[in-house]
Amino acid sequence: MSEAPVTESDLQAYADGRLDPQRRQAVEAWLAARPEEAERIADYRKLAETLRGAYDPVYAEALPRRFGRTRAPWRRFASAAGWMTLGILIGALAGWELRETRSTLAPSADVGTLMARRAAVAHATYSPEVRHPVEVGADQEAHLVAWLSKRLGSPVRAPKLEDVGYSLVGGRLLPGDNGPVAHFMYQCSRGTRVTLYVRTDVAGNRETAFRYAEEGKVRVFYWVDRKLGYALSSGDISKDDLFKVANAVYQQLNP
Amino acid sequence: MNEAQRLVDLIPRLRRYARALVGDRATADDLVQDTLERAWAKLHLYRRGTDLRAWLFTVMHNVHVNRVRATRPTDLIDDEMPELAQRAAQGDALMVRDLDRSIARLPEEQRAVLLLVTLEELSYEEVARTLDVPIGTVMSRLSRAREKLRAMMLGQSAASAKLKLVK
Repeated sequence: MSEAPVTESDLQAYADGRLDPQRRQAVEAWLAARPEEAERIADYRKLAETLRGAYDPVYAEALPRRFGRTRAPWRRFASAAGWMTLGILIGALAGWELRETRSTLAPSADVGTLMARRAAVAHATYSPEVRHPVEVGADQEAHLVAWLSKRLGSPVRAPKLEDVGYSLVGGRLLPGDNGPVAHFMYQCSRGTRVTLYVRTDVAGNRETAFRYAEEGKVRVFYWVDRKLGYALSSGDISKDDLFKVANAVYQQLNP
Repeated sequence: MNEAQRLVDLIPRLRRYARALVGDRATADDLVQDTLERAWAKLHLYRRGTDLRAWLFTVMHNVHVNRVRATRPTDLIDDEMPELAQRAAQGDALMVRDLDRSIARLPEEQRAVLLLVTLEELSYEEVARTLDVPIGTVMSRLSRAREKLRAMMLGQSAASAKLKLVK
């Protein structure tokens, strides 16, 4: 039986189970006489199994939403259209803002309406984001809440809204009129998003009832509760549905 | 079935490979997304009848190499972050994390070969085509990657065995 000498490539292919039966036998015979090499190759096989065991679960994972509707040409168009709408919306709001600034002498713009407007802009900016909707994802919720609480200088919480059909996507830090603002994003199973804008330093430490505003296409419920001001925004759900979510937020934060 | 649909069907495979390649979920999914976008734009370059999966891995490999080159500096925000609450780590998760870390410490080109062979079970020829290197290079990178990974894993278990003895 004249065989070609066993090479390192043969050993690799043997570890991968890719040798034809004849060659395999030759390698097995070779390994039988070399226990250390046999152990090394056995370790390679174990490693491959470990590797597959570790990453196969990814294969079985439900696809994240961003891959859920990968009709790319359509999506690209939709996203361009989305950005255009957003541009128009921001333009409109900015125009409004300008008009607002010019008339600040009038005592009309109280903290609440200003907050609602800021929240609507933040919603319009971040909720269409596919790639980077949040800075810190819900998988690091404890970290997210600790971080935002630290930056706001006041404990904030991300309410759990599963009961009304929304789960936390994550959150980010935003600049506000009086310092940092916490911005949480939620999403329902259909992909509709609502965002919760939380600011500190609301004048007067008071409490208000829910108030409602529409800024462009964005609906906002906002209220003040002690030191924090809240604004819940959505561009896609009805006022009634948004009210239900706002209620759930309030209940959660005031158990 | 057209390429578009087959491409979508291959997303789970791309995600699995990307996760092993870059480690964390968000970065891996970003890589998959960039790969898909690139693949859409270049679909006319794909030759019908050849293996779409291998072609996609080629696209992903190129995207990945470009990203690695472009994104060396990491964000400084971490300095500002409060301590992370430690999640309870199960034994299993710990081992997978060690594996993640060990894989991450492999040189880029060895890691790609190892993962394409063991995880994706591409043939050595396909790996050579995907990475555009001779098959001899594939074999030597595979051998080196395995030996390094084995040494790291053995080192870890030796270290933890020592810990047990010391206590």
